[in-house]
Amino acid sequence: MRKSFKLDEIDCANCAQKLEDAIANVDGVEKVSVNFMTQKLTLTAADDAFDDVLERVVKLTADLEPDCEILR
Amino acid sequence: MNKKQKRWRNRIILALIIFAVVYAIDELGLLERLFGTPGDVYASFVLFLIPYLIAGYDVLRKAWRNIRHGQAFDESFLMAVATIGAFAMVFFPETEPHMAEGAAVMLFYQVGELFQSYAVGQSRKSISALMDIAPDYANIERDGQLVEVDPDEVQVGDTIVIKPGERVPIDGVVTSGASQLDTAALTGESIPRHVEPGAEIISGCINMTGMLHVRTTKPFGESTVSRILELVENASEKKARTENFITRFARWYTPIVTGAAVLLAVIPPLLGMGSWSDWILRGLTFLVVSCPCALVISVPLSFFGGIGGASKLGILVKGSNYLELLSKVDTVVFDKTGTLTNGTFNVVAIHPETGVDPDYVLSNAAYAEAFSDHPIAVSVRQAYSGEIDQARIRDAHEESGHGVSANVDEHVVLVGNDKLMREHGARWHECDLTGTILHVTVDGEYVGHIVIADVVKDDAAETIRDLHAAGVKKCVMLTGDRRDVAEAVGTKLGLDEVHAQLLPADKVNAVERLLSLEQGDAKLAFVGDGINDAPVLTRADVGIAMGAMGSDAAIEAADVVLMDDKPSKISHAIRISRKTMRIVWQNIVFALAVKIAILVLAALGIANMWLAVFGDVGVAIIAILNAMRAMQVKNL
Repeated sequence: MRKSFKLDEIDCANCAQKLEDAIANVDGVEKVSVNFMTQKLTLTAADDAFDDVLERVVKLTADLEPDCEILR
Repeated sequence: MNKKQKRWRNRIILALIIFAVVYAIDELGLLERLFGTPGDVYASFVLFLIPYLIAGYDVLRKAWRNIRHGQAFDESFLMAVATIGAFAMVFFPETEPHMAEGAAVMLFYQVGELFQSYAVGQSRKSISALMDIAPDYANIERDGQLVEVDPDEVQVGDTIVIKPGERVPIDGVVTSGASQLDTAALTGESIPRHVEPGAEIISGCINMTGMLHVRTTKPFGESTVSRILELVENASEKKARTENFITRFARWYTPIVTGAAVLLAVIPPLLGMGSWSDWILRGLTFLVVSCPCALVISVPLSFFGGIGGASKLGILVKGSNYLELLSKVDTVVFDKTGTLTNGTFNVVAIHPETGVDPDYVLSNAAYAEAFSDHPIAVSVRQAYSGEIDQARIRDAHEESGHGVSANVDEHVVLVGNDKLMREHGARWHECDLTGTILHVTVDGEYVGHIVIADVVKDDAAETIRDLHAAGVKKCVMLTGDRRDVAEAVGTKLGLDEVHAQLLPADKVNAVERLLSLEQGDAKLAFVGDGINDAPVLTRADVGIAMGAMGSDAAIEAADVVLMDDKPSKISHAIRISRKTMRIVWQNIVFALAVKIAILVLAALGIANMWLAVFGDVGVAIIAILNAMRAMQVKNL
């Protein structure tokens, strides 16, 4: 399943790139793109595990970029 | 400015004021009088710490967090080290104090960051405004009342009402009402389109004059407007090679500069080439310019701007990578029908025999062709302005591949090519025009001929000229048409190569051959009308589909989609791509040149932290402003 989320307050392109790299290593993430320009996070993961994966991604994001919030 | 930015701004202003006051106190020597020497140094240390912390506490916090996550080479971390380092110089009593510099660097860094955040927000906004074609609601009639509903809730087959001034929310067919539609947002075309019952309309257009009732044919999510938005928004995910290069570069640049800073601070003083404090200060200056932000922000922003600007003209580029490829195109291959020509047959000339009325030739041909649905027959009937009274026609039959014969008002009429004429032993003569020639005889008497051809589009010749002017070396036309027809079009338009009488499969081969001739970095673009040319669109470096409004297959297969059927959009697209790439490279070269210059000057001890902070945020801001130019696509 592929889903897009709005990212609030992602301020720097370098941070977006780092966030993308970090999320790509999260368990269960098949593909991820953090788009600095459109402020969007596009996540691909297996259908049945999607919610769990998203949970982990949200937690990691909160850790790395506390200002940045994934709007669900 | 949003709320967060306003708070940020106020914080910086407060810090600036305090900084100014402290600076004045320090300069006036008040501290020296109060605390004596060396007490004054420590007093000013404490005082400068106040504006420093107000301006930069979030940077310090972020730096701390990143260290805990093992991400040392972060901008905040580097800035924190550089400024804390400047403050720490106070422990080298033999040197000038650098507290003011440390606080100022943090202040200017924050000013720059704020401006950067604001500029990016603005460009984001103006680019999304370019693509602001999404309708907010649809009107549905319920119990005689018009209700506004979310376009998502409208089912296929529902009737929606579109009032003058409103945007068409969903694709559909007009059931009642007539109006003019403004399609500019989709196609960049300013001439309105007239619609009446039976006409298909696409979402994203603006209804200008009359009330329309429309039966929807697609759900909102599959309507043109949703598809376009999705396409453009996803475009920046397909990154260009230049973007990937910058990302990779950024990964190496920061660690290398940081490493160099450490070496610079440690090695020369160990070798006894000067004081520790001097070299440490030079190392700290290095850290300030070690962030690749100017590049990391401005390069994607340029691509995003270029794609946004192009979409304003009705040119949808499906990824930054395609914009980049487009800028390197030196061969453009056209599939003739539907791109350079209209793809419909039209009567272009009527040549009657001397003493015969041209209308007489045309009306006889139209009557004889009355029952045929061959495209040629259709075009003859279209050219004939009068009504056709079918009662006047008897014995109409087609002679396959040759023409038709019919009895019109008790006269035998033959309409067809030279083979038909020869078969019936009619006297006829050649025409000097190229195209399909229909000879007409009435009762065996030759009355003249009609010339039918696929009409070349108005702006086709101009497009080829423009493409050559833009640096495209070769414009090639592929067609299934006869050689003489193809060559006539080729000469008229100024094409460099014409390949005629091709079967659909031959077109792939022709493109492959042309691809193999490409040298170095040059790319080949193929332009088709999206009908039956998906394989070639995919095979070419850049596949361009024209007149794709409503054609799913074309949007799927192509890399660049032109919303209307004007070939001139191709040269526009190439110009936009070239401009975007120019801006991208300007930014790369400018940012690197300034940073390297500052690094060299800092190593030599000429550049101070003030200059370095310009090298960081100043350069980033200039690069962002330059990147914004990519959005300006008018007058290209």
